[in-house]
Amino acid sequence: MIASIPARLRRFGLRLLKRPRLDLPLLLALFILGCVGLATLYSAGNGNMALVGGQAARFVLGGILLAVISRIPPPVLRSWTPWLYAGSTALLVVVAVLGEGRGSYRWLDVGFMRFQPSELLKLTMPMMVAWYLHPRQLPPRWKDIIVVGLLIAVPAGLIAEQPDLGTALLVTGAGAFALFLSGMAWWRIGALVGAVAAVIPVAWNFLHEYQRNRVRTLLDPESDPLGNGWHIIQSKIAVGSGGAFGKGWGQGTQSRLEFLPEHTTDFIFAVFSEEFGLVGVCAIVLLYSFIIGRCLWIAMNARDTYSRLLAGAIGMSFFVYVVVNGGMVAGMLPVVGVPMPLVSYGGTSAVSLLVGFGVLMSIHANRKLHE
Amino acid sequence: MSTRRASIKEIRGEVALFRRRALTGFALILLGLGALIGRYVYLQVLHHDEFAARSEQNRVKPRAIPPARGLIYDRNGVLLADNVPAFRLEVTPEQVKDMDDMLGRLSAVVPISDDDIATFKKQVKGSRRFDGVPLKLKLTEDEIGRFAVNRWRFPGVDVVPYLTRRYPQGAVMAHVVGYVSRIDADDLTRLDESRYKGTTHVGRIGVERYYEDLLHGTPGYELVEVNADGRTQAVLDTTAPTPGKNIYLSIDMRLQKVAQEAFAGRSGAAVAIDPRNGQVLAFVSVPDYDPNLFVNGISHADYTALTTAPDKPLYNRALRGVYPPGSTVKPFIALGGLELGLRRPSDTVLSTGEFCIPGQSRCYRDDLRGGNGVVNLVRAIEKSTNTYFYKLALDMGIDRFSAWMSKFGFGAKTGIDLVGEVEGILPSREWKAGRSKAGWFPGETIIAGIGQGYWAVTPLQLAHATATFAGKGIPYTPHLLLDTQDGVDSPRVAQPFPAGESVIRKSADWDAVDEGMIAVINGTGTGIGLGKGFPYIIAGKSGTAERFSRTTNAYNENKNLAYLATRHRALFIAYTPAEDPRIAVAVVLEAGAWGAKDSGPIARKILDEWVVDNGGERPTPPGAVDVVTSDAVPEPEREPAPTSSAPPPPADAPVDDGTPNGDTP
Repeated sequence: MIASIPARLRRFGLRLLKRPRLDLPLLLALFILGCVGLATLYSAGNGNMALVGGQAARFVLGGILLAVISRIPPPVLRSWTPWLYAGSTALLVVVAVLGEGRGSYRWLDVGFMRFQPSELLKLTMPMMVAWYLHPRQLPPRWKDIIVVGLLIAVPAGLIAEQPDLGTALLVTGAGAFALFLSGMAWWRIGALVGAVAAVIPVAWNFLHEYQRNRVRTLLDPESDPLGNGWHIIQSKIAVGSGGAFGKGWGQGTQSRLEFLPEHTTDFIFAVFSEEFGLVGVCAIVLLYSFIIGRCLWIAMNARDTYSRLLAGAIGMSFFVYVVVNGGMVAGMLPVVGVPMPLVSYGGTSAVSLLVGFGVLMSIHANRKLHE
Repeated sequence: MSTRRASIKEIRGEVALFRRRALTGFALILLGLGALIGRYVYLQVLHHDEFAARSEQNRVKPRAIPPARGLIYDRNGVLLADNVPAFRLEVTPEQVKDMDDMLGRLSAVVPISDDDIATFKKQVKGSRRFDGVPLKLKLTEDEIGRFAVNRWRFPGVDVVPYLTRRYPQGAVMAHVVGYVSRIDADDLTRLDESRYKGTTHVGRIGVERYYEDLLHGTPGYELVEVNADGRTQAVLDTTAPTPGKNIYLSIDMRLQKVAQEAFAGRSGAAVAIDPRNGQVLAFVSVPDYDPNLFVNGISHADYTALTTAPDKPLYNRALRGVYPPGSTVKPFIALGGLELGLRRPSDTVLSTGEFCIPGQSRCYRDDLRGGNGVVNLVRAIEKSTNTYFYKLALDMGIDRFSAWMSKFGFGAKTGIDLVGEVEGILPSREWKAGRSKAGWFPGETIIAGIGQGYWAVTPLQLAHATATFAGKGIPYTPHLLLDTQDGVDSPRVAQPFPAGESVIRKSADWDAVDEGMIAVINGTGTGIGLGKGFPYIIAGKSGTAERFSRTTNAYNENKNLAYLATRHRALFIAYTPAEDPRIAVAVVLEAGAWGAKDSGPIARKILDEWVVDNGGERPTPPGAVDVVTSDAVPEPEREPAPTSSAPPPPADAPVDDGTPNGDTP
């Protein structure tokens, strides 16, 4: 019995080598990204090894979850999907109820750890949309589009209420990408975008003054020079002073002298830009592009509609992370709490991203066999 | 269903559609990422010079200013805790090349203890390298001078001014006010980081801990100009911090002092409460300790001395000490008999010296050999006649007994505004079921009737129960916070103290028990003589409980007071004026021979001071002789024990040794 465990491990290893269930190029890209993240974190945290160690531990946990989830075949994932979606939405409601009258409240304490239920939706949302569209005739008609819209709107609304606009954006994006990939007609997309654009001015009139002010500072952070405005200005100085080739690893003065806020979490990319310059930025954006492209390639080779839509949506929502965080750091987009994936310090985000890639690996392992 | 639908789907077209969409999507993504790169080119190449210059000149950064901690006063404005300026040594780790070498050289200039170094190293690990970490607090002027001369040798080490906490009253308020101490690594995970930026101390125990939120305040910010090393060059703009609120405690410092001194160093506790509102007027636990020792890090030697002292000065006896209440519970039980309709005040019991459960051979003793004869309620309280209460407890039954007594707060936290209160034990079927498989025995009800057996109360609980009774049955949660104040010149804002519903239905019942307790002090009761020379009528009850079992013959052979004092706990409760009480007191002396003789005078001294504080003339103290006369009552109150004629204890023997409530300070 005891001897059989190493033997089984060896057999498992051999099988893995012969027909890898994991997509090695994608895995390698994620690994490089993780290393870049840890190195930047070391510098941004001023050599605080506890910070780096904690993040590395989360990568290990995420990696294990990735390996485990990659063994679950997509049809099984699909059969679980409605439950996972309903469960994670229910948790959002629990958080909303618990947080009543306590201001911003996102965390759920489950004894051994705390996590944000909204983080779960980043994965269960595209799963649910893919599940819904899977058996239907594609491209979707208005009826299906409206149902999908509701599936997105309810959890996204709850998350935006917390208020966590960044995550609400990511969750909405993940669902919307699945809809886009399902082939929703361009004229319908145009009509929907037009309708939303038309509603905005009407909704503006229904907002309270303090809510409008919040939106105004969101769109124009420099109007709030002590809060977000200060962040944006300092972040732009960090990025700009980095120049083409950067100040060198560990030499960024903006974060070392504490001018840069949140320099290990949401604004870590400013530290990276300051220290590695435009060359570093281009390299890391290329790496992100490769990951997104690889995800879409896996999606194209997937076996069924569910897998296709899910893999594609996960890959494309990665883009939202990069562009929203990168744009925020460069003072191009409003300040919302979206991390730079696998680079920003933060527990649940790193783990949930790797879980998402676990689903991709599973889809890859069960791909169409080419003739 | 779904497979059938899927088979209708036109798979091939769908795959092609997806492929087109994925490629379009990827193209759009590349476009978006290209735009992002464009923005970075704009910042990093086109405007690089401008931002590089701004980064060079970027010398202004915000820095937190910790708020001044709120002051603490007694009810009359006597200062109990304030802030005084002091200086500390701070080290910025990133500017020190070789930490151990630096510490070695520095300790030759300014003595630094191993404790300081250990704490410092722990804190360095948990903080950022450019943040200053305190190394030694509260420098003397001599140390500051010597360091100033040598400062050039120690880059990264600074003398930093700060405010430190001081407790001008010292030990006498230690168990109430508590103390602040340095924030440690555990605190950092518990506290809101943004509110504690720049703060080094946090309330650790007592009022300082309980009202941390009120006392702490909100930090301010200043924009400071720093040089390339991060050292401050100039302060450009300041947002002032909001200091913590000042708080006024209900404690009367004069009463507190008198109460503490009355113990003359003997271990025990006393709590005085205003029964009309639950305000705690005095809260004493003896021995105590100097809280000032803890503020800037107590030395190892001092700490060891405090923790190993046999009388445990750090132990808050008033809040956490549990004692068998003994006969002090009798008035409450007597009241229960009336309120539950089991007794009328005139009902009598014959006390013969021992009481036996009908049908059992086991008997329980009265204190007076031969008994007190025929006693009614008033006389039973006055003489502390056990038989009356044995019988009453048995008639009530344990369930009604514990339900009734819980109304006075026994067996539950009183809810006072201090951290760490214990619940004590109110004997009940539920309590025992949680600990033993054996069911409840009638014998256990009987001894519960005289405050023995499983019983365990804190001095605070006893005072709270006394105050609840004295306040005609209206329970107020005991509380220390009287007023808050935004600043020294602001008005004091009174804090509410909500009342509970009265536990007494008939005022005649109260009058009867009150009469019994008056007789204890002013009749021929155990506390005879304690009321002499006092301007009001005092009502009270004594209690004496055994610390150890009476298993040896030593008890009968050595009945001298010194021997008894090591065996007994002396308790006393009192309130005055008896007809309309304004103060209720409970005193517990850990080692006293008799409740009335040893604890009674302490209570009386507290009441005397209370009279003076309220504008009265100082009452003439009752002569010592008067109190000793209470010894005219031989063997006043004792724990019941089987009479010598009784057979060995049966299975339902009252637990008269190793009682769980016994000696657990």
